[in-house]
Amino acid sequence: MRTKHIFLAGVAIFAAAAMTSAVPGGGAVTGKVTYEGTPAKQKPIDMSKEPSCAQQHATPISTETVVTGPNNALENVVVYVSAGAPDENTPPSQPVKFDQKGCQYIPHVLAFQVNQTLEIANDDQTSHNIHPLPKTNREWNKSQPPGTPAISEKYDKPEFIPVKCNIHPWMHGNFAVLKNSHFAVTQGGGSFTLPNLPPGKYTVTAWHESYGDQTQEVTISGTETKTVNFVFKAKPY
Amino acid sequence: MRRDKLTRLLMVIIAFLVMPGLASAQEMQSHVGKVTGHSESGKQLFYRYCWGCHGFRGDGNGENWLPTGSFSNPYLNIQPRNFVAASFKCRSTPTGTLPTDEDLYDAIKRGFVMSNMPSWITLTAQNRADLVAFIKTLSPRWKSDKPSEPINVPAEPAVSLESIKHGKELFTKLECWKCHGPEGRGDGPSASTLTDSNDQPIRPYNFAAGSRFKCGASNHDLYKIFMTGLDGTPMPSFADVIKPEDAWDLVHYLRTLQVTHSSPELALWMKSKEGAEIVNAQKIGGTPTGSGIKQ
Repeated sequence: MRTKHIFLAGVAIFAAAAMTSAVPGGGAVTGKVTYEGTPAKQKPIDMSKEPSCAQQHATPISTETVVTGPNNALENVVVYVSAGAPDENTPPSQPVKFDQKGCQYIPHVLAFQVNQTLEIANDDQTSHNIHPLPKTNREWNKSQPPGTPAISEKYDKPEFIPVKCNIHPWMHGNFAVLKNSHFAVTQGGGSFTLPNLPPGKYTVTAWHESYGDQTQEVTISGTETKTVNFVFKAKPY
Repeated sequence: MRRDKLTRLLMVIIAFLVMPGLASAQEMQSHVGKVTGHSESGKQLFYRYCWGCHGFRGDGNGENWLPTGSFSNPYLNIQPRNFVAASFKCRSTPTGTLPTDEDLYDAIKRGFVMSNMPSWITLTAQNRADLVAFIKTLSPRWKSDKPSEPINVPAEPAVSLESIKHGKELFTKLECWKCHGPEGRGDGPSASTLTDSNDQPIRPYNFAAGSRFKCGASNHDLYKIFMTGLDGTPMPSFADVIKPEDAWDLVHYLRTLQVTHSSPELALWMKSKEGAEIVNAQKIGGTPTGSGIKQ
């Protein structure tokens, strides 16, 4: 009798674990994001109006509307599961960090979850005003002088949000506020991995700030790793 | 048998309680002083007075804004408020939050100087309250967002030279001059690059020009401008970085930048050597052929 109870409890626990969105040791989707064609040339940024930032860059940095890597890799692409996975209403307790350094946003594209805490720091010697421009989330605009504590905020709706600083017009960044934990931002070679996917049919979307988004369907049956590649058409302007 | 009747009675009572809620789901109210506004009445007024600029849906795309259907020839220099997006410039509430009913009422009554939004004092207080109630039906935010609390504005301390001088230090330290310029003339290094949240060019306020602030003319209004930020514009909120006492010092200093507008702050500032020097260097006096020019 007792063994039956223990057995049933074990089954219940196993079932509960299987129903959560991320299953350690589950299947995965991996791939590369590349471009074809010639992307627009990035322009060097003139920071002479802000000497404290200009002197942090031995050579001027460039705009980041299209960032490429070796072998036609396309960086700063947000690859995420847009359908097939349940919405995760409890975000990770760990905050994500967005930094203003050298009058640049680091990282250029920051992906995080709905209601996850975002911490914005100013590591420069000049004031910045952090001004994300959402359309469905609330728009706010806060001044952040040097030496003041990090600003904590969160967004309650999924959205891709451009970020700017009004004082330094060359500063541009992006927030990707997503509904679940299955996302990655391509870095260092255009590759991404979405691990811990339970079996099911998924729609994977790749979003680039200049080239829009593309979707592909993928089915995970067990603990396999499926490969999904995205190719964006580069525009010369 | 008795239990069935009781249950049925309870269901009927509950139905009666719920029904009014369903019927008035679209009806909003506003409360401004002693006046209660109703959105049904406001609707009639909106479609008579407001929609030409603010648009049929209240999204700021009225026919007066884009008569030719493109941005190349807008009749109005500043786009009318988009009530659907519900992000408002002149508020008593923190950045990113909804305004109070009073904020909207004051905006309608005062109008926006230097823009095409007139001062609607021709309408009665009840009319204006009704319009506020109707505006609140145009965006789902009024139902989904928690009502926001106005910021706490402490009593204004007396104007003094120390207050003005401290305000001057804050103006430099907080880098207001980056946009507003060192004399507050709207000619700072970043001024010409500013765009609002619709990517339209926008200029920072020019204190020396002396026009009223868009969000009101008093010191209290000026305090709220930089402590709540002007949402939708480059002007951020400094609420997290200025202490309330310091904020009043900045208000007093900003009044001395309005060199063509007489105020107690400017009068006191002119009495000091430092202030007189700065203001006289800026003051635009006389006409090219008049007697005000110092030779």
